[in-house]
Amino acid sequence: MSVPAEPRGGLTLEPLAAARRRPTWGRRLRGRQDRHLWFGLFVLPFVAGMLVFVYVPIAWSAYLSFFDARATVTPTKFVGLANYSYLLTDPEFRSSLLVFIAFAVLIVPLTYVCSLGLALLLSGLRVAQAFFRSVFFIPTAVSYVIAAMIWRISFFNGGRFGLVNSLLRQLGGSNIDWLGGANYGYWVALVSLRLWLQVGFYMILLIAGLNRIPSETYEAAAIDGAAGWRMLRYITLPQLRATTAAVLMLLLINAFQAFDEFWNLLSGVNGTYPPYGRPPLVHLFVISLGGSNQDLGLGGAGTMILTAIIVVFGVAQNWFANRGADREER
Amino acid sequence: MRSVRSRADRALLVVRYVVLGVLAVLFLLPFYVIVRNAFASSKLIAAAQWNWLPDRWNFANITELFTNSDVEMGASLWHSAVMAVVQTALTVVVALLAGYALARHTHRVARLLSALTIFTLMVPAAVTFIPTFVMTSALGWIDTFRGLIVPGMFSAFATYMFRQSFLGFPRELEEAALIDGANPWRTFWQVVVPNSMGIVGAIGTITFIGSWNAFLWPMLVTRTGTRTVQVTLSQFMTSQLVNYPELFAGALVAVIPVLVVFLFLQRYLVQGVETTGLR
Repeated sequence: MSVPAEPRGGLTLEPLAAARRRPTWGRRLRGRQDRHLWFGLFVLPFVAGMLVFVYVPIAWSAYLSFFDARATVTPTKFVGLANYSYLLTDPEFRSSLLVFIAFAVLIVPLTYVCSLGLALLLSGLRVAQAFFRSVFFIPTAVSYVIAAMIWRISFFNGGRFGLVNSLLRQLGGSNIDWLGGANYGYWVALVSLRLWLQVGFYMILLIAGLNRIPSETYEAAAIDGAAGWRMLRYITLPQLRATTAAVLMLLLINAFQAFDEFWNLLSGVNGTYPPYGRPPLVHLFVISLGGSNQDLGLGGAGTMILTAIIVVFGVAQNWFANRGADREER
Repeated sequence: MRSVRSRADRALLVVRYVVLGVLAVLFLLPFYVIVRNAFASSKLIAAAQWNWLPDRWNFANITELFTNSDVEMGASLWHSAVMAVVQTALTVVVALLAGYALARHTHRVARLLSALTIFTLMVPAAVTFIPTFVMTSALGWIDTFRGLIVPGMFSAFATYMFRQSFLGFPRELEEAALIDGANPWRTFWQVVVPNSMGIVGAIGTITFIGSWNAFLWPMLVTRTGTRTVQVTLSQFMTSQLVNYPELFAGALVAVIPVLVVFLFLQRYLVQGVETTGLR
């Protein structure tokens, strides 16, 4: 532990001399050639920023969550677990968790299948591969606000205009009120929007995964007569297992944070939000910061609950990743 | 046998290109809709019958947008540009320094900080927006560039990525510089960083696009003084004064910077996605 860093004199074998020459605290703190000093200098901005803008706020929020903190950050009325018990028994908060689950159940498998489909369609193409890859990847650069604008006004407009209703009428159907909440049409808009925006990102990840599969594996399987579906089922998918696990977990964590497209597709005039289609972050925003009266105690409790959920995801991901790595080593 | 097989292969290849072509049109359709709506009239955008072509190419929509005093498009673009450029630069510098130190030191404190960074990686900033908002408003930073930029510039993600990248950076280069008498600070900026531009470009591009497109945080902390273009467009869309051609002209103007960055830095972006998505 306390190996002296200084080069010692000739009497090093004698314990007393060594003790006398032990470097001072200041010297040890700075380290050999001031190594520790440099280390501190390099990490200081990041560590200080993380403390001030991540950890202190979370601790403060945890503190606020035990108080009646309406429109104040220095509350006095201790309420114990009342904010937590309110949220956990609140049907609206629970339904926001259900909205997340429904969204995840739709978007996670759909994005994976579509991204993999695109990656496989592109793999091995000689002509125009880079062009198609760019076309599918380019929506990643567009913001959810702008995508929601197109979806809401020109594609899935609830009124008589909009591309989808126009097509429906040509096919003999009638207009559908897509976003009004009278039906589940808004899910079509939400899911198709996010698919368009993020499929290219995961396609790139899966292309990288496909490129890591050694070509000898395919050649050996082809000699054994594997092709098409069987090749995919028995060679490609098993070899992609690590990439798949990472992609699915990223998709799940991103679905948990959904806010922008829900807000911009469904919110009404001047920042009002309808009672349906509220994922956790939207619900937390509405009950804690959205109104004229800020309820930071409730917001703090909600943040703690959502953070706990996402940490569970993270731990599960690490567990799966380690398990997968163990398996591959065997 | 052989010729039958190759003919089937060729047919399959044609099918693949047809499918890809149809999908490409579908993926580009939203971009076309932005352009169509940005130059069309309100009447066309709200017409019951869908029209593929605008009724006119009216470039006045753009000038009307910038002279519309309810929208403040010019100021919003400026705020977004300041935010995206400054936040990208500061995020990259802070994360570069920390990532380098965490890669080169193995003592207890460094290991603890690395573990803390990975733990922070698990908790996305979006989930803790209320605590960060409480802190930012306690500092009196609402509607300032500080409030817009600083809370989001300490990226555990970027730090972790740089750390991973520096773990594979050859130490011999640095050691040569150190022996020549350069201190770690100079060695870092003159030897390490210039040889790491690939990962810097990748993280920088991802950060820039994320910053330009950010919505939730800017919506929380900006008022008239620093409102970004995404927030302005969102509020214009849901206001009673909305004018569809002007709105889409705004979308067109707001999407061009990221598309330019995307087209020029796509190589870095692809590399970034590949190295970052799978740690």
